[in-house]
Amino acid sequence: MAELQLRAIEKTYGNGYKAVHGINLDVAEGEFMVLVGPSGCAKSTTLRMIAGLETITRGEVRIGNQVVNDLVPGKRGIAMVFQNYALYPHMKVRRNLSFGLKLKRYAADKIESSTQEVSGILEIEELLERLPKELSGGQAQRVALGRALIKQPEVFLFDEPLSNLDAKLRASMRVRITDLHKRLRKEGRPATVVYVTHDQVEAMTMGDRICVMKDGHIMQVADPVTLYERPANAFVAGFIGMPEMNLVPAMVSRDGSARITIDGQSILTDGLEGRIGGTTGPVTLGIRPQHLEVVETGAENAFTGEITNLEFMGHEVNLHASVGSATFVAVVPSELFDRTLERGDSVGLRPLGPRIHLFDVESGENISLSPQANDTIREETKK
Amino acid sequence: MDNLSHIGTGLEPKTELELKLRRKTRISAAFRYTVLAVVGLMMIYPLIWMIGASFKTNAEMFSSPSFWPKEATVQGYIDGWKTSTPYTFGHFFLNSLWIIIPKVIGTAVSCTLVAYGFARFEFPGKKILFATVIATLLLPNVVTRIPQYLLFRDIGWLDSFLPLWVPSALAGDAFFVFMVIQFLRAIPRDMEEAARVDGATTLQTLIYIVVPMLMPALISVCLFQFMWTMNDFLGPLIYISSVEKYPVSLALKLSIDTTEAFAWNQILAMSVLTLAPSLTVFFLAQKYFIEGISTGGVKG
Ligand SMILES: Nc1ncnc2c1ncn2[C@@H]1O[C@H](COP(=O)(O)OP(=O)(O)OP(=O)(O)O)[C@@H](O)[C@H]1O
Ligand SMILES: [Mg+2]
Repeated sequence: MAELQLRAIEKTYGNGYKAVHGINLDVAEGEFMVLVGPSGCAKSTTLRMIAGLETITRGEVRIGNQVVNDLVPGKRGIAMVFQNYALYPHMKVRRNLSFGLKLKRYAADKIESSTQEVSGILEIEELLERLPKELSGGQAQRVALGRALIKQPEVFLFDEPLSNLDAKLRASMRVRITDLHKRLRKEGRPATVVYVTHDQVEAMTMGDRICVMKDGHIMQVADPVTLYERPANAFVAGFIGMPEMNLVPAMVSRDGSARITIDGQSILTDGLEGRIGGTTGPVTLGIRPQHLEVVETGAENAFTGEITNLEFMGHEVNLHASVGSATFVAVVPSELFDRTLERGDSVGLRPLGPRIHLFDVESGENISLSPQANDTIREETKK
Repeated sequence: MDNLSHIGTGLEPKTELELKLRRKTRISAAFRYTVLAVVGLMMIYPLIWMIGASFKTNAEMFSSPSFWPKEATVQGYIDGWKTSTPYTFGHFFLNSLWIIIPKVIGTAVSCTLVAYGFARFEFPGKKILFATVIATLLLPNVVTRIPQYLLFRDIGWLDSFLPLWVPSALAGDAFFVFMVIQFLRAIPRDMEEAARVDGATTLQTLIYIVVPMLMPALISVCLFQFMWTMNDFLGPLIYISSVEKYPVSLALKLSIDTTEAFAWNQILAMSVLTLAPSLTVFFLAQKYFIEGISTGGVKG
């Protein structure tokens, strides 16, 4: 097992389209790294460059401190699981599993014992004599996983392996994969994993660390908690979290503590102290729907909004409200929700001070991050 | 009771309409099948007539229009098989096989290699080369006959099977190359990429992964090549001059040439024999044949 390093990786496709713009990424030995981002942000391209299925225009890929740029995929010590399984359609499951080992000229008894072990782990013993077309989606994906596992590679690469499965199966496969990763770690042969997905639930639940990408750039690499609590920029803030973080244009001024003005309404907030220095002027205000308190109209330090929509989700209610030209979504637990509220009513919206993020209007950088901020948030979380 | 009668009246007009519709579809189906049967019979009648006539005596051949022989005889087959040459018809069959088998194998191998290259790799000049392949596809065969003849004459290949084998073994049949390319394009590349990740070289990927997936297309290629070569008359006519090397297509013509009074029953009998291999192979492999032509991808 080995660590994986990307050094200033660039990719320009044959048609001149530049898909990847100089990516640097370190994945530690045994780490589960998730690449996540909207469609077309070059997640697959990056993964395929690591695999050797796509040439690297510029930069270096190192696996276990060896530059692998010019190695063929088979020599890189990787295994890959594809979105549509990519099982060899004319081979039985057994041969699908052992194909790689056969090419490496492993002894027959070694191949047999590896096949037994892997099919045991993935519970596919009964399927060994079947053809891929005789498998369900979940079974096929387990076989594909087995085909990767049997090679005991240095690095596992996954390209949206679960997106062809239904929601329930996806959830169980998610657990299966993370369990497998933990198990390998416990057995003393930790597996380095790069896992591509566009599903943030997968990203947040599976990744040791998450790499958020956009248009061939890395926006932030961090563990799930940091990513959620301390997004480096407005893109990450908006991408991670459900429903999306509210991002609205606002003005910051000084009035003892920081005063935030949205479309003529202004409130004082205390949670920004020590986080934004002397910043004043236009910013993008970011506040998660979960951190927007719904209060009575006219309450202190709350914006007054008009309800534009109410979505009853069962355990919670998504309340959409407009404050001037800005719109907010607030999530209220069902049992705390005032059922007399209706569309068109006025409500007060009070952002939780320590949970407010301010982003630079131009660059989108989070300008409200500071070491203390983290502490405040932790305190808040404990409460 | 009230309810029931209500339902009854409600239903009756509907069933009547249904009956009418059903009658209509039945009539139109009958009509369609009649037309199809008549046209089909027109197509197949010469064949039926030929088979029937091959069992007639030479005298009866043109005296009765019916295809059913009055007194069936296999004399045509016996005499025809002997031929007017020192060789039996079996000898010519072997010649045909000796032309066909290397040609079919050469075609399958070379087309696979060339199509794989075009469908899966980027290389300089690919567009121009592919355009050339398509251009040869559109070019009428006769245009190249004379230059080809001169070429093979200069190499000294006349009166041998080489001019028939070599062009096909070098993927000279652009149609087959094109057919395999189209088929390959419909197959996703993931399996090949998985094989590469598994450590297979390009050639191993081709042999272990691509060829098995290409099977339906390759079988059709082989079948087409088999039938076309079996029926090819012009190629052997141009290049092969000694009777000893004649394939059946030329041998048939031979019996017309050398007999003063045409023994039509012999000719027809041998024609039936000549058709037999193609027909047998076609019916045996019909399933793959259709699969291959309808350029479907790989299931599942
Ligand atoms: N062979 C190619 N030639 C040219 N451009 C390509 C090629 N493959 C991908 N691209 C472009 O590169 C960009 C990144 O593609 P990529 O497949 O890596 O995206 P992705 O993040 O995996 O998206 P998705 O989530 O939809 O799978 C896209 O804009 C795509 O159009
Ligand atoms: Mg992708």
